[in-house]
Amino acid sequence: MFDYNFHWRPVLRTLPDLIQAGLTTLEVATLSMVIGILLGLCLALARMNMTGPLKWLAVTWIELARNTPALFQLFFFGFGLGAIGINLTPYTIILAGLSFNCAGYLAENFRGGFQAVPDTQLKAARCLGMNAWQAYTRIVIPQVFRVVYHPITNQMVWAVLMSSLGMLIGFRELSGETQFFASRTFRIFEYFAVTAVLYYVIVKLILAVSRLLAMRLFRY
Amino acid sequence: MQDSISFFTGFGINDLLFLGEAALKTLWISALSIAIGTLLGTFFGWLLHEGKLVASFTIAPILDVFRSVPLIIQLVLFYNFAPIIGLNFDPFASGVVILTFYTAALVASVARGGIEAVPASMRRASRSLGISYWQDLFYVVLPIGGRAVFPAWIGVVLGVMKDSALVSVLGYVELLKASQVLITRTQEPLLILAIAGAFYFALSYPISRYANKFEQRWSK
Repeated sequence: MFDYNFHWRPVLRTLPDLIQAGLTTLEVATLSMVIGILLGLCLALARMNMTGPLKWLAVTWIELARNTPALFQLFFFGFGLGAIGINLTPYTIILAGLSFNCAGYLAENFRGGFQAVPDTQLKAARCLGMNAWQAYTRIVIPQVFRVVYHPITNQMVWAVLMSSLGMLIGFRELSGETQFFASRTFRIFEYFAVTAVLYYVIVKLILAVSRLLAMRLFRY
Repeated sequence: MQDSISFFTGFGINDLLFLGEAALKTLWISALSIAIGTLLGTFFGWLLHEGKLVASFTIAPILDVFRSVPLIIQLVLFYNFAPIIGLNFDPFASGVVILTFYTAALVASVARGGIEAVPASMRRASRSLGISYWQDLFYVVLPIGGRAVFPAWIGVVLGVMKDSALVSVLGYVELLKASQVLITRTQEPLLILAIAGAFYFALSYPISRYANKFEQRWSK
């Protein structure tokens, strides 16, 4: 039927390497999500409660992250910073780029989450004698977390998908590794087909874990 | 006597025009795929709503693949798969095909949400008034459901526009690829990336602001 012979053997032989690279993908995505959540929380709070340069910084960060392509942001951290003498390794570039992007998107989700928690909750907590830190960490943030749990899961999936851009800046995560093997063996279609399956499995795993976690976390 | 030839020339007004032209290409490829993808996606959304069990075993998993595999992998895969089945697509055509299906997959869930946002009682009421099924769909469901999911649709549009940057992997010279070409020639990454970023921002930010305004007006 086809004028093309499929050769799956080289792909199968390097499958362990690909799976190893898949773990790198997961590692980078998870790390950037952790950084992104922390930064996003700060950005959301700065955008809502601060005035002056801090608010301005938060708004600029969020709008830049949301209104330019992720690939552009990666190029910026790679070539842009390289031009002024800051040379990052591919790993740091992808980590910085993904964290920057995730922080921007998550900040808006957090802002929505904070707005969904009534003001009176914070006031009541303060009336009960909690200080601001306690009120936030024990009363407000757990409620916000419930609202933003689903968006965070989505963002985690996006982080995994976005980390595939590492291929273009020479980082050997799943896509980069695939590109490397594909250009060595010229079995481009076969390699990328297997990689697509691996990505699908990773994404489904994340969604399944998130669902299990949700069952455990939101029992009450 | 000049003993060294300069390979790198400065950034001039022509280059700005080159970037502007590339921005138009970005706009063109995204507008085309968003237009076709939205129509296709709305159709899929309708199928998902109507053929509940059948659709959830046939087209739902296929659409899911487009959402769970990185766009860059999809593009490389399709670009290398098309010649195997005897289609000779240039980078632009391959980009449009994949971006269209990608948009359709995202729009399908949005459209389904839109249809489900219309209360069943309202649809029954319109049918009781003697309106046919198709009239009900176009004159009742489309205006009401469309309004409910308009912000979500804008989100998809902006996402696809930014993701169209990835078509550059296939060699289509859109905005980001054009900036890469210029960087190679002028060796001024920071300036050119800033300009390319400004172009993206100028394309995306007004739309997202407009969508926000729209959402606020409707939530009142």
